[in-house]
Amino acid sequence: MSFNNLDQLYRQVIMDHYKNPRNKGQIEEGTLTIDMNNPTCGDRIRLTMNVEDGKVSEAKFDGEGCSISMASASMMTQAIKGKEVDTALKLSNVFSEMMLGNDYPEDLDLGDIEALQGVSQFPARIKCATLAWKAMEKGLSEQKESN
Amino acid sequence: MNAKEIKQYFPILDQEVNGHPLVYLDNAATSQKPVQVIEALDKYYREYNSNVHRGVHTLGNRATDAYEGARDKVRKFINARAREEIVFTRGTTTSINTIAQSYGRANIEEGDEIVITYMEHHSNIIPWQQLAKEKGAVLKYLPLQDNGSVLLEDAREMITEKTKIVSIMMVSNVLGTINPIKDITKIAHENGAVMIVDGAQTAPHMKIDVQDLDCDFLAFSGHKMCAPTGIGVMYGKKELLENMEPVEFGGEMIDFVGLHESTWKELPWKFEGGTPIIAGAIGLGAAIDFLEEIGLDEIEEHEHRLAGYAMEQMSTIEGISIYGPLAGEKRAGLVTFNLSDVHPHDVATVLDAEGIAIRAGHHCAQPLMKRLNCSSTARASFYLYNTEEDVDKLVQALVKTKEYFSDVF
Repeated sequence: MSFNNLDQLYRQVIMDHYKNPRNKGQIEEGTLTIDMNNPTCGDRIRLTMNVEDGKVSEAKFDGEGCSISMASASMMTQAIKGKEVDTALKLSNVFSEMMLGNDYPEDLDLGDIEALQGVSQFPARIKCATLAWKAMEKGLSEQKESN
Repeated sequence: MNAKEIKQYFPILDQEVNGHPLVYLDNAATSQKPVQVIEALDKYYREYNSNVHRGVHTLGNRATDAYEGARDKVRKFINARAREEIVFTRGTTTSINTIAQSYGRANIEEGDEIVITYMEHHSNIIPWQQLAKEKGAVLKYLPLQDNGSVLLEDAREMITEKTKIVSIMMVSNVLGTINPIKDITKIAHENGAVMIVDGAQTAPHMKIDVQDLDCDFLAFSGHKMCAPTGIGVMYGKKELLENMEPVEFGGEMIDFVGLHESTWKELPWKFEGGTPIIAGAIGLGAAIDFLEEIGLDEIEEHEHRLAGYAMEQMSTIEGISIYGPLAGEKRAGLVTFNLSDVHPHDVATVLDAEGIAIRAGHHCAQPLMKRLNCSSTARASFYLYNTEEDVDKLVQALVKTKEYFSDVF
């Protein structure tokens, strides 16, 4: 592997999300607050979301971690805002498949998320990328069950 | 000593990783194994694999001799008074947990105090947290100075007659600090406390003399000192071990078993329940032979020089922060650092692309990371087979990492 292969991991769009994270911070009165960390490396995330009429009306993240984990969190919040809860959960499944290097349905608009495809080539970094998604999945599934 | 020649004994180091010759700088996590150790394991399994202490047959005797011979090597290695003081365990974690479960439970009462430091590895924090919770005891942390040291005056103040246990690492796996164990042991003893030493980062790198330190217990692991994983040592003073109850019961550790009562074997076997870690102990014995032939003083000197060179070279990189003792101060052979604007995971990934293995993360020392005000760091740790050339490659790759990340931004 050379530095050129690293470019598959550190795409420009990922670095842009890392440097200029979207939806960074916390919703003051978030209905859902999920804290999650990656015990092996110390990455931490707090995800706050509002769900109204079955839709994710607001989502913000806070925390600290590497470029991949923070960029992934930024992209994730961007992707789920305004989406139906079920669509957000479906996105999460698609993302898991992408990380495993599997084929995934192409009917969803993944936008920037597709830039994270390269992570699947770096097994040690997959957990970085999935942290925010796991937090989202946990929050929304629990919310769905309680309804 | 000649690190380049020593390197040839380690077959794993002769390979390319991601198109570059491997530079292994994650020795504080685990060391590589020389052919001498690999062959000792191979020989055991090919020629005399057998259970110990029970066979009348020849293989059983050979295995017992080799297993008990390894114990004698460990005794000599740390200069313990007697072989009964050497208990084989799974590693440092098991050793400390055994001390906490056995000595700790029997001797700690409500209101008693246990003193550790902020720099401890989780394996020397959590057993004491659990014991303190169970007994209503108080766990205290010796304050950490900015240069990564603890002060004896703080130890004198915090260790009092209320203190029953002091448990401190001799060498920090993050900071590289070498703690004044002998002095702290004296303070502990003046106050009637026992002194436990976490020697995980010490045993591989420098001479340990438990009689000179006068510590009551010492824990260390084989896998960081050229031996296999799954073998470690719990040293304890005989008079303490004799009065301690085993924490694992079953085969191998019994003297006589009745329907409702049993008695234990004598030391050290009463602490070695179940079929022991025979191959592991034999591997540890071979590792000790290997290290002693090179000389622990030589190894310490080599690593000290290498760490000094690394500190000097790494400090020239713009925006680098190095933790622990400053350049020129006494430190062990590791350098923990952060590059500004590049997360340690990203540093480790880029270095891996260059064939260089380092550690990134919290190094099993979350309270220390909190004290240092960072969530994670990168660490390069050296061993007897590392060379100045390895350090040069590390520094070049770190410069490249910085450039790479400033380009993509």
